[in-house]
Amino acid sequence: MHTHKQFILTLEGVNKTFDGFKAISDLNFYMDEGELRVIIGPNGAGKSTMLDLITGRTRPDSGKVEYGFDTDLTRLNEYQINRLGIGRKFQTPSVYTDHTVLENIWLSLQGTRSVWSTLFARIGSRERERIHEVLQTVGLADRADVKAGALSHGQKQWLEIGMLLAQNPKLLLVDEPAAGMTDEETARTGELLMSLAGKHSIIVIEHDMVFVRQIARKVTVLHQGSVLCEGSVEQVQNDERVIEVYLGRKKKAA
Amino acid sequence: MRVFINRNEYIALGIISFLGIILLPSLNAFLPAEHPLHVSNFALNLYGKYLCYAVLALGVNMLWGYTGLLSLGQCLFFSLGGYMLGMHLMLMIGRLGQYKADIPDFMVFLEFQTKYPETGGLPPHWIPFKSFWFAAGAVVVVPALVALVFGFLAFRSRIKGVYFSILSQALTYAACLLFFRNDFTFGGNNGLTDFKFILGEDIHSPATKRGLYIASALLLLGSYLLCKWLTSTKFGLIQRAIRDSENRVLFSGYATSHFKLFVFVLCAVISALGGALYVPQVGIINPSEMAPDKSLEAVVWCAVGGRGTLIGPILGAVSVNALKSYATRAFAEQWLYILGGMFIIVVLFMPKGIVGIPGQLQSLLKRFSRKPEAPELAATKLTPGSL
Repeated sequence: MHTHKQFILTLEGVNKTFDGFKAISDLNFYMDEGELRVIIGPNGAGKSTMLDLITGRTRPDSGKVEYGFDTDLTRLNEYQINRLGIGRKFQTPSVYTDHTVLENIWLSLQGTRSVWSTLFARIGSRERERIHEVLQTVGLADRADVKAGALSHGQKQWLEIGMLLAQNPKLLLVDEPAAGMTDEETARTGELLMSLAGKHSIIVIEHDMVFVRQIARKVTVLHQGSVLCEGSVEQVQNDERVIEVYLGRKKKAA
Repeated sequence: MRVFINRNEYIALGIISFLGIILLPSLNAFLPAEHPLHVSNFALNLYGKYLCYAVLALGVNMLWGYTGLLSLGQCLFFSLGGYMLGMHLMLMIGRLGQYKADIPDFMVFLEFQTKYPETGGLPPHWIPFKSFWFAAGAVVVVPALVALVFGFLAFRSRIKGVYFSILSQALTYAACLLFFRNDFTFGGNNGLTDFKFILGEDIHSPATKRGLYIASALLLLGSYLLCKWLTSTKFGLIQRAIRDSENRVLFSGYATSHFKLFVFVLCAVISALGGALYVPQVGIINPSEMAPDKSLEAVVWCAVGGRGTLIGPILGAVSVNALKSYATRAFAEQWLYILGGMFIIVVLFMPKGIVGIPGQLQSLLKRFSRKPEAPELAATKLTPGSL
């Protein structure tokens, strides 16, 4: 296909069955470093399960899930995988509602995660600077001392993206970031993600085709647990099989 | 060390500590019995019991209100602490028991001499408890080990929410049944009782009782300060983050199971220390203290006082038990209905418990004195656009 620097993520021959339902079926997926990849697919196509497999929430029945050169992710648990530099944003905004925006970011900053270290940790000037930088990036700098629970839905989504950035991850997994956002918020989110690509590798799962067109360079279509096709937005949209299983239905509905 | 208590709290705490730790025992010790301000031996002893319950409640609340772990078996650790010190107190009875024997009465009664002839009837694991300091160490170590093993298994298996609650309840019930057995060597259903001496002092003398009361008050103060400090650290932030969104914490690289285990063991130790001071004050420890309903009561104290605050459970434990002491004398039959009713009222109308009452009254006053459109509501509506 094209010349590779190195894959940051490799899934090969991955299978996962839940109670007889084949959620992931012989899935092969490769991703370059610095890429912004959008994954689409109808409900039940296995998009979220794929993220679960990468982040250690579930283990594959068979197949290879590798990070970078040869780190086998199937043997690690969630926090170990996170510490390798893989951050995940959940579909519903998951922030600490009882903490301030600043505290939310502080807890997410890259650094030691042991119980003992947290007993005596405090925010130093370096931390404060870094927190401010992250808040600036996600547009919440003036809300640092507000409780996260008081933020709007869109702001919570950005805060969670900020929490991922604070960990300085190499690979960002973002599940439906635009869900429930206004058009303006969606556009802003798109800009944010595009500005992060290159520095980070990003996988975005999305339903909203307007949003996909805004951000996508390369799209992977999942269907029944495996890759149906891959390519630019135009290629994918003109693919017969994709129209059949996904876009066709979507167009009719719209 | 960082300041974790602000000025007002510091002053309030100082006043309460003075009243509780110095003034109350002084009124008991130095005023003649007929003086109107005299605190009777009976009353002081009762207050000491309440304070031990408050320590227990503090532990329940650190788990439930701050970490989202509803332990329905916290009295297990309270009782274990009590048993550990109780064993020492049993051995201090000497030959003053009913049977005038070298070993505690229940061991004579159950014919332990034939079971453990080489030690004169004393089960081998009882022997080191002749030392007060060994027993004091066991008060901390034994409950901590039980909590460590149980917590390790439960948290490693990702047991959460109601399943954790049920399991913790099952654990205390199992322990209760175990301690009921005579051959478990802890006195069976009678438990450990009839204590005579603690640290060489007569356990029934007013001075000893006063000392135990002061020790309980100091323990409560120390536990409170420890919890207060802990909740002010980054650890405390993570603790509450686990309560509100455990997955987010886990997927941010924190081993949430380690944090939960730390809190669980810490709270077991706090509860056990409360139990260890409770037992010499009430003069008995038996397996019924481990029965599931005792732990449920402790949860009710927290709910009534206001969970998720540090002062709430203390208020709850003291007030509910004061009410209990009164109600079980005035209308003994109805006590359980009162307790149940109180829990329902709190759950329905006072989600923040006693501690939340001032806030509730304030918002009620606001509602009557002002038009419904609150200004701060309008302000939050505007802000998203200002980005």
